Amino acid sequence: MEIIAQHAHILLILACCFGFFMAWGIGANDVANAMGTSVGSRALTVKQAIVIAILFEFAGAYLAGGEVTATIRKGIIDPMMLSDHPEYLVYGMMSALLAAGCWLLIASILGWPVSTTHSIVGAIVGFASVGVGVDAVNWGKVGSIVASWVVSPLLSGTIAFILFSSVQKVILRAENPFEQAKRYVPFYMLLTGFIIAMVTLVKGLKHVGINLPFGQSILIALGIGVLVMLIGIWFLSRIKEDPEADKDFRFTNVERIFAILMIFTACAMAFAHGSNDVANAVGPLAAIYGVISSSGEILQKTAMPAWILLLGGGGIVVGLATYGYRVMATIGRKITELTPSRGFAAELATATTVVLASATGLPISTTHTLVGGVLGVGLARGIGALNLGVIGTIVTSWVITLPAGAFLSIIFFFTLKAIFS
Amino acid sequence: MTSLMNLFGRSPIGPMQHHMEQAHKCAEQLLPFFQAVLAKDWDLVISVRAQISQLEDEADGTKREIRQSLPKSLFLAVPRTDLLELLTIQDRIANKTKDISGIMLGRKMEIPESMAQGLLNYVQSAIDTSAQAKIAMNELDELVETGFGGREITLVDKMISTLDELEHKTDEIQIKVRAELFALEANLPPVNVMFLYKVIDLIGELADYAERVGSRLQYIIAR
Repeated sequence: MEIIAQHAHILLILACCFGFFMAWGIGANDVANAMGTSVGSRALTVKQAIVIAILFEFAGAYLAGGEVTATIRKGIIDPMMLSDHPEYLVYGMMSALLAAGCWLLIASILGWPVSTTHSIVGAIVGFASVGVGVDAVNWGKVGSIVASWVVSPLLSGTIAFILFSSVQKVILRAENPFEQAKRYVPFYMLLTGFIIAMVTLVKGLKHVGINLPFGQSILIALGIGVLVMLIGIWFLSRIKEDPEADKDFRFTNVERIFAILMIFTACAMAFAHGSNDVANAVGPLAAIYGVISSSGEILQKTAMPAWILLLGGGGIVVGLATYGYRVMATIGRKITELTPSRGFAAELATATTVVLASATGLPISTTHTLVGGVLGVGLARGIGALNLGVIGTIVTSWVITLPAGAFLSIIFFFTLKAIFS
Repeated sequence: MTSLMNLFGRSPIGPMQHHMEQAHKCAEQLLPFFQAVLAKDWDLVISVRAQISQLEDEADGTKREIRQSLPKSLFLAVPRTDLLELLTIQDRIANKTKDISGIMLGRKMEIPESMAQGLLNYVQSAIDTSAQAKIAMNELDELVETGFGGREITLVDKMISTLDELEHKTDEIQIKVRAELFALEANLPPVNVMFLYKVIDLIGELADYAERVGSRLQYIIAR
């Protein structure tokens, strides 16, 4: 207790720095992955993607990020196990942030594909099981998180397959794809708005302090969906068929319509990513703040102040601005094979899966979910060539990142303990 | 760099279409080549032959690149084996062109004047068949876009029947050309006759390969 009271300021400042560092890493790498598909399919420029990312990451984190933040903060480890040594929770969460941030930095310099989610989960499990005791880890929860890493790409792949097959059926294979696209694309916009709004209303808003009955939530979500659709229809009305563009490739005009749809799914993507991944930086910080603000008491319920979210969001923006835009441009150049009619299906499937995971409080990897979505489109014979070797890379990234995050955080934990205690 | 970027392989669709264009461009040279041979303008023959050789080389290069960029770990919209088979067939169009021009230049082949028109028609018909194969192959990206279904299938089916008709027409002209040669053969040096028959066969084979591009395309659609 005294330790915390004694070093409260310095601990909090350090924790904020580490949290900001982690958020920077998310902005530099993770967001770029989430938005890169839209840039690659030419639906958005890098600049537009960044603006959308900033707005919707924030919105997602604030409106729908509560459950995952709670999991990171007090779901993986049981804070009550630490009530004798609250300072361990502070050191531990600080080391987890620093470890995950460092690991992300190392991995991106070396060009390894890693996930922020896996880094932070590995780091938290690491410091808790070695630094505190194996019993401090809520293994049941960890098990369900790991299971969700397998399930989420599969679910996203299935949704993407169904979405894209429906597009093939009603639009691409029709006699008049352009008119069909204009007629049916608004419904996909409605679906996008509805899903995001629904999940947010049902699961997210209670963390903001708003509770709505289920029936009312459906109605409001539907209303938001319709609103989104109307905005979409207005955008679509400005697209005129240009026969000249179809000379070389007969679906150029159709793809232009899907590009509009993809702006909407890109927003959904950023929202979903914000709702799930911002927690990776904000959750540990919230846990630290909880202990320090109650001067050493570990409470089950502590309110998360808005400034923590702002710090996380700010870190992401800085990450995007300093490094992320470059990653986004690189990804955009690399994945031009993903045309808007495919990209939207992969994005909407991913956003849906991620937002559902956020509502359930499961921290998952947006990138891996997106890979699942793209593979789903590929299974519908939608993409020229996909490299299946990537599935191996994903598994490797799990196997390497979890122990690496754990190892680093154990080292940092004992270092911090030695310095402050 | 990220698993997302590694996910996307280079699509072979565009390069496959490019390869067909190159093969056809090579085949097209047969008309100026035959005109030069008939005119006994051997300087021109040599230069057209050089052109053919170069185009065949370029097609070969594309072929090699496509093969190298199709590792087994790729998951393709079009089955790998079908693509590789299609590639070999397309390449044969350029190969046959090179063979034909090689034999004719090597032997400084003389063609009886009375056969000139028939032979030119024959060559033109073979080139038309190859042109139609190129048109059908041009639809491959649209086929992938629709996921091989709907209106696009009907369209390509129609193109492939036209291709079959053109090949059939080439066959019929071949019979006529052979008959013309048969009528003349007793008065010509036997070895020359033998090789002229050989050239006639090769032109037929060229058209045949062009038709087989269509057949393979149909396999791909049917999956």
